[in-house]
Amino acid sequence: MILADDISRSYDLDGVSVEALRGVSLTIEPTDYVAIVGASGSGKSTLMHLLGGLDRPTGGTLLIGGRDVATLNPAEMAKLRNETIGFVFQSFHLLARTTARDNVALPLVYRGVGRRERRARATAMLERVGLAHRLDHRPNQMSGGEQQRVAIARALVTDPSVLLADEPTGNLDTTTGQSVLGLLESLNAEGVAVVLVTHDRDVAARAHRQIVMRDGLIVDPSSSPSLNISPFPSAPDISDAEGDR
Amino acid sequence: MRLAEAWRVALDALRANRLRSVLTMLGVVIGVAAVVALVGIGTGTKGQIEQQVEGLGSNLLLVVPGRLEAGSAPTASTMSLDDAEAVTRVVGDRDRVAVTVASGETIRAGSRSAFASMQGVLETTPSVFVRRLDRGAYLTRTDVTTGRRVAVLGAGTASALFGDRDPIGRQITISGVRFRVIGTFERLGQSLGVDRDSEVHVPVTAAQRLLGTDRIDGLAIRAPDRERINALASAVVATLSERHPDTDFSAVTQEQILGVLGDILGVLTGVLAAIAGISLLVGGVGVSNIMLVSVRERTKEIGLRKAVGARPRDIGVQFLLEAVLLTTIGGVLGMALGVTAALLVDGLTPVPATITWWSLALAFGVSAIVGIVFGVVPAQRAGRLDPVVALRTE
Repeated sequence: MILADDISRSYDLDGVSVEALRGVSLTIEPTDYVAIVGASGSGKSTLMHLLGGLDRPTGGTLLIGGRDVATLNPAEMAKLRNETIGFVFQSFHLLARTTARDNVALPLVYRGVGRRERRARATAMLERVGLAHRLDHRPNQMSGGEQQRVAIARALVTDPSVLLADEPTGNLDTTTGQSVLGLLESLNAEGVAVVLVTHDRDVAARAHRQIVMRDGLIVDPSSSPSLNISPFPSAPDISDAEGDR
Repeated sequence: MRLAEAWRVALDALRANRLRSVLTMLGVVIGVAAVVALVGIGTGTKGQIEQQVEGLGSNLLLVVPGRLEAGSAPTASTMSLDDAEAVTRVVGDRDRVAVTVASGETIRAGSRSAFASMQGVLETTPSVFVRRLDRGAYLTRTDVTTGRRVAVLGAGTASALFGDRDPIGRQITISGVRFRVIGTFERLGQSLGVDRDSEVHVPVTAAQRLLGTDRIDGLAIRAPDRERINALASAVVATLSERHPDTDFSAVTQEQILGVLGDILGVLTGVLAAIAGISLLVGGVGVSNIMLVSVRERTKEIGLRKAVGARPRDIGVQFLLEAVLLTTIGGVLGMALGVTAALLVDGLTPVPATITWWSLALAFGVSAIVGIVFGVVPAQRAGRLDPVVALRTE
């Protein structure tokens, strides 16, 4: 589904090259439920942007849905995102002043789906995430949990193979977060690969697989205990002291 | 994304920021309205003046001493009625020759007085120029040959001196000399801010006696047809030059006068249009500015749209359409405002205004083009935004 082979990503900040990702290899399978964990600045957000086709690696090979992103132009990348990836963000990123249904239908707009069908599919998707009663509500009329469900419905409406969720529970209280996670897990059970980026130890623990990031590399927690891999803010953590990039 | 969809998205975005959209549009509205209204006033004024010059009569030839050159003062006339007779012989028809000796005088009637242009004329004036009488009769040939002290009043002078009373048969005094009113002219209105109704026609002989002169200021000839105007002009000028070897004479036709006036008014209209065009341009810069602000403000939205599959082109088209919508809606409102303003000016003030299709088309076309031109840069900027950076923007 997604195949990363030794990918790296460096940024040019005022003439200084900063390496956010220094050679990462991983595979996301169609049924995966993966948590990417790591401290701020560990490169996990960069990795997620790459996996989602929002960004391109500066080194290595990245295949999304079988296509090498290095060979795609921005328009083709947009098409790839539209067809393969669903994004869920920490801050929901819903369009204000737009109803839940139209928010969910947005990706279909860029797929050229007609208005009637868009609305039907968006409605169906909102029903699936338990928001059948919120079709014409705007984001500011909904709770955080409901907004995140709308965002999940939007991510799913294009029938993607991978759902990329960046701190999906970060802005939600524990109970609401649990129910959002439950929703993601049931989707995963239905065959959508789910990739979570999280700070939360408990959230990460629910995934089938954890990928721990540190200093732009994937580290294996079991093989290198001396590194004191503890990306979670709740634990005493030397890596936190490195601060943000 | 389909184009219809893009229009809807653009319209929604404008609706979402109603006040800002309206204020942005205002620049374009004012610019377009200014173009339409000012060009309308320019064309209207030009049309009115042309009409007035043509309304004097057709195929007119005006003969004055001296050379008609810009910046030169009028030459003192040495022409007399004898010259007029000589010209009449050249023309061959007394009714086609008019003369004038003019002087600004204070006219009194009882306790009232009015300042007017006293014109000493021949009885032929109405057959050379188009002047219609409102009441009474015009001067007769006998009045002219005998120098009878009778007068025909312009509408303005008549109402200033007599109000609503019938002036016919009443006495007026010009420079202390009494004249009897025998007729009044129809109202003509203003031309270039000059009141054309403040005049008094008296027999040229009476006027000459009053002024203590035997000169006449100028001659007017109505040619039988357009083709013969130039030949007649040369013949008349030759005759006069022969009689006055030391003086130059100029003969000008209506067409020449119209040409000069038309040039001046054309330039005037052009200047008005240019000023209005500048305000339209400023409106366009305003649109560009607001679109740049809008792109910056909606960076996150752009990032999200890109994340869910918007191509750079989709985003660019969306912002370009927003700019075009702003200016075309502004353009339509501006046309409505401009037409209204022109109609109000035309109806409520002496300044005439004519709405021309070309000015409407021009103003609208320019506003649409302004939208495209000034929308391109913000649209490109939006289209090229890096989705990662855009999503991260707070």
